[in-house]
Parts: sequence; C-alpha cells; structure tokens
Amino acid sequence: MRGITPSQTVGPFLKIGLERDELQYLVREDADGAIKILGHVYDGEGKPVPDAMIEIWQANIHGKYAHPDDSSESAIIEGFSGFGRSCTDKDGKFFFVTVKPGRVSGRGNTLQAPHLAVNVFARGMLKHQVTRIYFEDEIESNSEDPILNSIVEKADRNTLLAKISQSEKNNFVYSFDIHLQGEGETVFFEV
Amino acid sequence: MGENFNMADFKEYMRDGQVDHPPALYEDYKSTVLRSPSRKAVRLEHTLSEITGPIYGHGPIREGEDDLSIVEGEEAQGQRIFVSGQVLDENGKAVPNTLIEIWQCNAAGRYRHEVDQHPAPLDPNFVGGGRVVTDDRGSYKFTTIKPGAYPWGNHHNAWRPAHIHFSLFGPAFVTRLITQMYFPGDPLFPFDPIYNSIPNEKARERLISSFDLETTEPDFALSFKFDFVLRGKNSTPFEQENKS
Ligand SMILES: [Fe+2]
Repeated sequence: MRGITPSQTVGPFLKIGLERDELQYLVREDADGAIKILGHVYDGEGKPVPDAMIEIWQANIHGKYAHPDDSSESAIIEGFSGFGRSCTDKDGKFFFVTVKPGRVSGRGNTLQAPHLAVNVFARGMLKHQVTRIYFEDEIESNSEDPILNSIVEKADRNTLLAKISQSEKNNFVYSFDIHLQGEGETVFFEV
Repeated sequence: MGENFNMADFKEYMRDGQVDHPPALYEDYKSTVLRSPSRKAVRLEHTLSEITGPIYGHGPIREGEDDLSIVEGEEAQGQRIFVSGQVLDENGKAVPNTLIEIWQCNAAGRYRHEVDQHPAPLDPNFVGGGRVVTDDRGSYKFTTIKPGAYPWGNHHNAWRPAHIHFSLFGPAFVTRLITQMYFPGDPLFPFDPIYNSIPNEKARERLISSFDLETTEPDFALSFKFDFVLRGKNSTPFEQENKS
C-alpha cells in the first residue's frame, strides 16, 4: 500500500486558487424549490473566521448522487452537480442556493434523512473537518436517521440541524453556523 | 428515493493512512489553537454520501489555466518551472479526470491578495492561480515560476519554505485533499511548524517534490516532479467485512 499524501492548511490566501462565486449556486435563485443556506464560521473565542471555505456535496431532490457509484434507480437531473463551494467573507459568512436533497439509503436497510456532506477548510486548520447539514423541519426522517441518532446529546445533535430563519420570495432560508471550537462546538465526523 | 441501492455493491475507503495527517491542534502553529475542535471527531461509517463525490461540478477548464507564467501574453518574473506528476490512490491505481487547483506567491514571495502585507514587489504579470484536470493516466502538468519564501507572523523571524498550494478531489467525498508541495533541499524545513506538524517524518517528506532533469526543457524551464496518493478503497466489500 502506498503512503497517503498528508494534508496541509489552505493558509490565508486560499481565495487566489479556490474562490469561485458561481459555485455558491447549485440552482438558480428562482428555481422551483430553491432554498438558501446561510451561515457563519466561528473560532474558539466566538470570533468570525474570514479565511475559511465551506464545500457541500449532496444528492438531488430524488436522492440521487451525480456519481457513477450511485447505482440506485433514482433519476439524475441534468445540470445539477450536487457540489457547492463558498469562501467566507470578513464576517465569517458563507451561503449556498440549492435544493433540499431527497433521502438516500444508509447502511443496512436504513434510509438517511435529507442531508449535505460538508468539508470545512480554513487558515489554522491543518486538515479540513467534516460535518453534515440536516434540516430541522424534517422531523420524521431525522428521527429515522442512523447517524443523527448516534449523536446522544440533544445539544450536539442540534449543531447539525439547519434552522429555518426566514422566507424570502417564497423560498426558505436556513441558517447553519459552524463553531470550530468551544461553546456550541459543531459535531465533526471522522470519515 | 434511493431505496433500491444495494449496499453490498460498494467498498469503503481505507482509514489506515489517516494517521499520516497532521493533528488538528499543533501549538507551534499558533492559529490552530482557536481553530481546532476540542472534542474527538465522531467516527462515521461510510454511506453512499461519503463514497460518492463531486466529479462533474467544476465547469470547463479554459485554455491557459495550466500556465501561471504568462498573463495576457506577458511573462512573469522569476525561474520558470514545470510541475508535473501523477495522481494515484493507495492501491496504486491512477486517478483520471480529477480537478487540481493550485495557488502560490510570486518569485519574490508575495501573494496577489489584500491580506498579504509582505513588503516584496508584486509582479503585474503574475496572478498565482491555476487549474488542470488529470488525463486518463492520472497525470497532470503545470507551467509556473518558482515561488519565493515569505515571512509570516507566527513567531519571531518566521519564514515559510517555498511552496505551492494544491487542492485535489479524487473520486469520492472522502478523497478530498488540500496540501502544499515543497521544493527539495529547502533550508527552512526545520523551522516551519506547518511542515513539521506532520508527525511522521516519512509522511512529511512525501510533500517534497523532486528535481527531474529528464522533463526539463533546454533553454526554457526546469522541472519538478510531484505525485499524489489519495485514499483508496478497501479490497473487501462492506457487507462481507461487517460479517467477519
Ligand atoms: Fe502559502
């Protein structure tokens, strides 16, 4: 087996190579069922992190990933890649315009609740952290999700739920803040 | 919905190599102190969400994105170099058609970025970002200029060894990698906390490119080789492994 290439921080100048504003839009703002996910990244003192980058990976509304290893029979949607990237601004803010994904199968005979897989990068992070965004209004499917259910403490589980914050042009706006450390520390996963 | 997906179809990604990454908290690199989670990450058994990943999401690459040494026909200052290599997985399998993004400072050690206050000259003909997609054999090649070392505020007289930032995707969510490539023989290695945050010396040295005479171009450019190893799949399918 070959030795893996180790990770290093993105450093403070990540935007030179990685910032692509169009990747914040997985669908157009006026698309059917479009939602906005808006959040901030905070450090251990609750200060905004202005040099972070959030990436999301998600299934389409049918619960199908645009990837050859998803052999389920659900339909691919042309033009929906499922990938998004947002670099934080001076207030640590990031956002995505997307759709809520359908449910995808979990391990065994389980079905996962709608979720986005999330990578968090920043200056001061030697390796990225992994988390997930679930949706607070998916009460029934959330209660069946094996990964959410594996998080025992309610406060921890809450860090993975995007909250409805407002409606904008008939589209839901969800808020999802990421706390790298300390009070309200986001649950991160080792994958 | 995805009910018809047969979990026995898929193989998980190996976790063994993960020990070669730096820890979240490495106090010599001061910015990690407030940006590292205080709790242990929760182990997540791979699902379809982890073994798939963005492979079509980046849009088309434009001509010239692989060449950082020329901006609108004008040549950047500095030592022109090629950086090329191959992207493989832990099993030695090539990773074709995967996006590579890079960024770096100019020959004087200055980034084209508002936050960079280092009093070294900016180069009007150097921006410092590039993209390529690996070919069928997982190979890639950039033309650029050798980046300079630069000072940073981590500790007294701190200088980063010359490096190029690299971002790679690979075939799955869990193969995502962002790292830095260094140059052979850099005298700054022993003093750099970012480089030294990788606990295993052998793993650390994997980030050092090698000079390659064969791929230099006479009267034009020197050449450095740098291969990547991304996570690979387990040989045993997931269901069987669970029963054993
Ligand atoms: Fe750098």
